[in-house]
Amino acid sequence: MRFMRSVSIIGAGCTRFGERWDDSLRDLVVETGIRAIEDANVSGEEIDGLYVGNMSGGRFVEQEHIGALISDCAGLSRLHVPSTRVEAACASGGLALRQAVLAVASGYSDVVIAAGVEKMTDVTGGVAADALAAAADREWECFFGATFPALYAMIARLHMHRFGTTREELAAVAVKNHHHGCMNPISQYRTEITVDKVLKSPLVADPLRVLDCSPITDGAAAVVLAPTDLARKFSDSPVRILAAAQASDTLALHDRRDMTTLDASVYAARKAFDQAGLEPKDIDLAEVHDAFTIGEIVAIEDLGFVEKGEGGRATQEGLTAIGGKIPVNTSGGLKACGHPVGATGIKQAYELVLQLRGEAGERQVEGAEIGLTHNVGGCGGTALVHIMSR
Amino acid sequence: MSTVPRFWRHIPQRYNLVGTHCENCDEYYFPPRTICPNCRRDAKMKEYKFAGSGRVVTYTTIYNATDDFKRQTPYNLAIIELDEGPRLTGQVICSPGEIEIGMRVKPVFRILGKEGERGIIYYGTKFVPAEGPV
Repeated sequence: MRFMRSVSIIGAGCTRFGERWDDSLRDLVVETGIRAIEDANVSGEEIDGLYVGNMSGGRFVEQEHIGALISDCAGLSRLHVPSTRVEAACASGGLALRQAVLAVASGYSDVVIAAGVEKMTDVTGGVAADALAAAADREWECFFGATFPALYAMIARLHMHRFGTTREELAAVAVKNHHHGCMNPISQYRTEITVDKVLKSPLVADPLRVLDCSPITDGAAAVVLAPTDLARKFSDSPVRILAAAQASDTLALHDRRDMTTLDASVYAARKAFDQAGLEPKDIDLAEVHDAFTIGEIVAIEDLGFVEKGEGGRATQEGLTAIGGKIPVNTSGGLKACGHPVGATGIKQAYELVLQLRGEAGERQVEGAEIGLTHNVGGCGGTALVHIMSR
Repeated sequence: MSTVPRFWRHIPQRYNLVGTHCENCDEYYFPPRTICPNCRRDAKMKEYKFAGSGRVVTYTTIYNATDDFKRQTPYNLAIIELDEGPRLTGQVICSPGEIEIGMRVKPVFRILGKEGERGIIYYGTKFVPAEGPV
């Protein structure tokens, strides 16, 4: 697949992630929308369309029809801008970004906003857990007692059994991402943790513990896209999108070819590297889907940064920390920065925009030129990979 | 609360592990598939009742469950490969220290959950460790 024309990000915005008790879904949308639109320096009349990723407004705030809602909240109702909500569980944000890229790349639209939002703390923990479990196979996994952490725990167990990955290596992912999160002003958690603290946190689904899991988070993010030819009109530092790839796999984990690999990630990455004409070694930094610590270990293997089975050791040796060979999740990742499911894929792009512009402050990756985002729906039913350059 | 038909329609599969067998490529499916992913339009799908014996491919013990399963924690959940080939997700009834990868299991008929005091009781298959060949 080829783009009909090159696409760039001309503006980006993100809310602070966390338990935003004082703010509704609508407040979060307005906050992030204003930031992105001001950053892009576009007027309402110039916006040709919106795509919004939202996993479960219906369960979390009893509100569907999020497309029209965000257009309305953004003050665009009188301009009647087409607005489309897309859903792929935790990959809804990445999916919104790819749909927006395709709309601009095809030549159909010029200026398009890709947004993501999730308001998760208006329901109790049990309701939130059940809403998230809807990303798995309701009839043949959840019905028998599966939870989301349980599915990733079964991936972790098999990875440990087959490759000798250790409990300490899993913990190293959480420790690193909390360290990165401490340097990110929007991060939900800005506290250092230790391997010992992870290993002493309560069991959720053995071998995964509380500090292996990403939290329940409120948040929203948005990026503004334009054809690269027009990008300089709006921005002095546009970020070019080199690839936007997507792949799918079986809904249920038990039907996968290999349960230590997310084939959807492998296929999306392969397509993305092909589109961009690049290889894994060309990537300077990546935001990957660490909903659980094992998720990051499997991701860096599936994306080709390390050999299969080496993800745990590579993390423990510091390969993926800021200052390492391939910094991963400089934002703090889903683990520390937080995981408002529909917004995560867009927040990943937001982090890359800051890094590629050289605006990431104390967590800046020196000389960052090319970055990659990796967003997963469920435990691998959908995967999206984007590659961007400054 | 769900309606009765939602559970009723899955009784053959959940009570008796009824799936399908594609006679074109000889692959077995559970739950039943209408379309064989190998053969698609060339598929010859026939109903097939699995014996239910198999082995544990991977497992976890759940300590923090959704509201429906909270009462049962801690419980073991596993991915089980049936002897005919397909894999499924199910609970294995044994103490957390007893379950291991490669362990042989056999099916048992059990209550899976209840929707409150007056709601639907749903039944289905769980698994127990199998001693010797099953």
